[in-house]
Amino acid sequence: MTHVKSLLSRQELIGLLVVAALIFVVMPLSMDIFRLNLFGKYLTYAFVAIGLVLCWGKGGILSLGQGVFFGLGGYCMAMYLKLEASTPEATAIQSTPGIPDFMDWNQITSLPWFWEPFNSLTFTLLAILVIPTLFAFVIGAAMFKRRVGGVYFAIITQAIAAILTILIIGQQGYTGGVNGITDLRTLKGWDIRTDEAKYVLYYVNGGLLIAVLLLSQFVLKSKLGRLLVAVRDKEDRVRFSGYDVSNIKIFVFCFAAVLSAIGGAMFTLQVGFMSPSFVGIVPSIEMVIFCAVGGRLSIFGAVYGTLLVNWAKTTFSEIFPELWLFGLGGLFIAVVLVFPNGLSGLYRSYLAPLVDRLISRGGSSYPPEPASPPPDLDGEANAKPAE
Amino acid sequence: MFADYSWTELGSIFAMQGFAGLILFSVFVLMALGLAIIFGQMGVINMAHGEFMILGAYVTYLCSNIVETYIPSLFGIYFFFAMALAFVAAGALGALVEWSLIRHLYKRPLDTLLATWGLSLILQQAYRSIFGAREVGVSLPNWLLGSVPLTDIIEIPINGIFVMVLTLVIAIGVYFILFRSRMGMQTRAVVQNRVMAGAVGINTEKVDRHTFALGCGIAGIAGSAFTMIGSTGPTAGQLYIVDTFLIVVFGGAASLLGTIASSFAISQAQSTMEFFLSGSMAKVLTLLTVVGILMLRPEGLFSLKIRR
Repeated sequence: MTHVKSLLSRQELIGLLVVAALIFVVMPLSMDIFRLNLFGKYLTYAFVAIGLVLCWGKGGILSLGQGVFFGLGGYCMAMYLKLEASTPEATAIQSTPGIPDFMDWNQITSLPWFWEPFNSLTFTLLAILVIPTLFAFVIGAAMFKRRVGGVYFAIITQAIAAILTILIIGQQGYTGGVNGITDLRTLKGWDIRTDEAKYVLYYVNGGLLIAVLLLSQFVLKSKLGRLLVAVRDKEDRVRFSGYDVSNIKIFVFCFAAVLSAIGGAMFTLQVGFMSPSFVGIVPSIEMVIFCAVGGRLSIFGAVYGTLLVNWAKTTFSEIFPELWLFGLGGLFIAVVLVFPNGLSGLYRSYLAPLVDRLISRGGSSYPPEPASPPPDLDGEANAKPAE
Repeated sequence: MFADYSWTELGSIFAMQGFAGLILFSVFVLMALGLAIIFGQMGVINMAHGEFMILGAYVTYLCSNIVETYIPSLFGIYFFFAMALAFVAAGALGALVEWSLIRHLYKRPLDTLLATWGLSLILQQAYRSIFGAREVGVSLPNWLLGSVPLTDIIEIPINGIFVMVLTLVIAIGVYFILFRSRMGMQTRAVVQNRVMAGAVGINTEKVDRHTFALGCGIAGIAGSAFTMIGSTGPTAGQLYIVDTFLIVVFGGAASLLGTIASSFAISQAQSTMEFFLSGSMAKVLTLLTVVGILMLRPEGLFSLKIRR
């Protein structure tokens, strides 16, 4: 029990239980499988948003390329599933049976070498975790070791997202082009398109999300998490205290990348395809807004923010397709100007005192949460000096 | 990849692609100049820069239609006042945006990035609602059509030459504004030491607003020039924003000369490779090279010598 207490305060434990109840009880009971599957799709974005809370909210590193890692995870999964769906029997009508259909359409006659290892599920699962980590490590090491940060990092990551999208769309024969990898059927012979499979995948996804929340909480509560916040607020002071700032940054960037990749892989499994429209600049920056709306400092807030923005997107773009972009644009501006701490900031200043009073009645009283930090969150030393 | 061509053909190909690259270079320079002023001098990331450019393009489109319908006698020279109008419109919108949005965010550059992205979404949808989702083009006066034959293989389109001359004029103009005028002196003073600039009586807020408006106005001119060589759609601005930011960062954020040099390098590389590879691979290779160089040399090509 002491372990739990040191990992989660009572407030955070309640937050976790509410999220778990929402995912495992409320939603499955109140929705049909179609809506639940949609909800599960939103939850896969929450992985990215949690990663961004650590990376951007706590660490002050804004990555506009999280779609890259989401895409890498998703594409690894999709490549495995596609190979399994492209047995020689199933693709007998092609001029080269046994290779994915889009390769056949693009006059490719044998499986490219980098597709070969994806015949193995073990390799695929490892690749989902390892490839994004390596990629993030290379980017992070190159940038942070040279003390590049802030807006430069944001622009470079955005450029990488753009490059990967152009590459995927351009190399149609190897990647499925703009349509992506579609028509995925089975996982080790288990049909992922049935309602039953969708339920199972939804629960697996939910379980992973809770595990990721706990893991992130563990990181944040550790010494590393405190150093991370210190790096955000006074990078030089941490450096002068003898810590290697760049290693801390590289770690959190890689961690966020792995979370995004897990989200991407679960996305592919639940939605049944992967395409470059989840990789590029626009989806990457939208993932930032999920995190910002939820509150960039709260991993639980990120989950709610993701759900809220996606729900709003689905609802409004169905009813008023014209107005949605105005709404999203306004949301970007509002979240920056009016409530920089997002939903969790609003919760902390209005609802939390009430909840606190309720739960501490009778039990031991907890010291009040520290006041939410001022909106100056970027911690950018190279920003304009104060006037 | 060169083996299939003879030497003369290769020469012509490089000349033609080089010229196409020069037109791309002009557009890049016009866009990047505005961005370099805003980003390099003020440290503000304006993700809506492409939309300011498209505003200029739509203003030119409106001018072209109005002049063609009501005062056809002036059609030959409408382009010049369309460009002035584009500058004024984009600059005015820029001043408004600075006043309502940017000035609250000077200390939070990453948040400015998100807010201006939101602004760009709003502007895109506004263009779509007003002008429709389809791309529009302007009709050019006769003297801008056609091309000059240089040799029997190489031909140079006149509108391309016009855009290049325009770019040259604007670049010289920006140089004079920034380095030879009172406004430019104040801008540079504020960039170098804001507190001290304020102490000697420079109205730093006003300087900020003017600088931002100037950058946006130049984007408007870029859009105006852009209509001469391509058609304009609501989302055309977004296509260029990543390239332009890379150009500015690659050139060294505070250096106008660097901006021009990197525009030249990137546009020429892209245009020449486009002939031999597919367009997308040319772009991927160019951008990858730029990102790779930036990882090795983060301060860009031309940088001020400062300690960090």
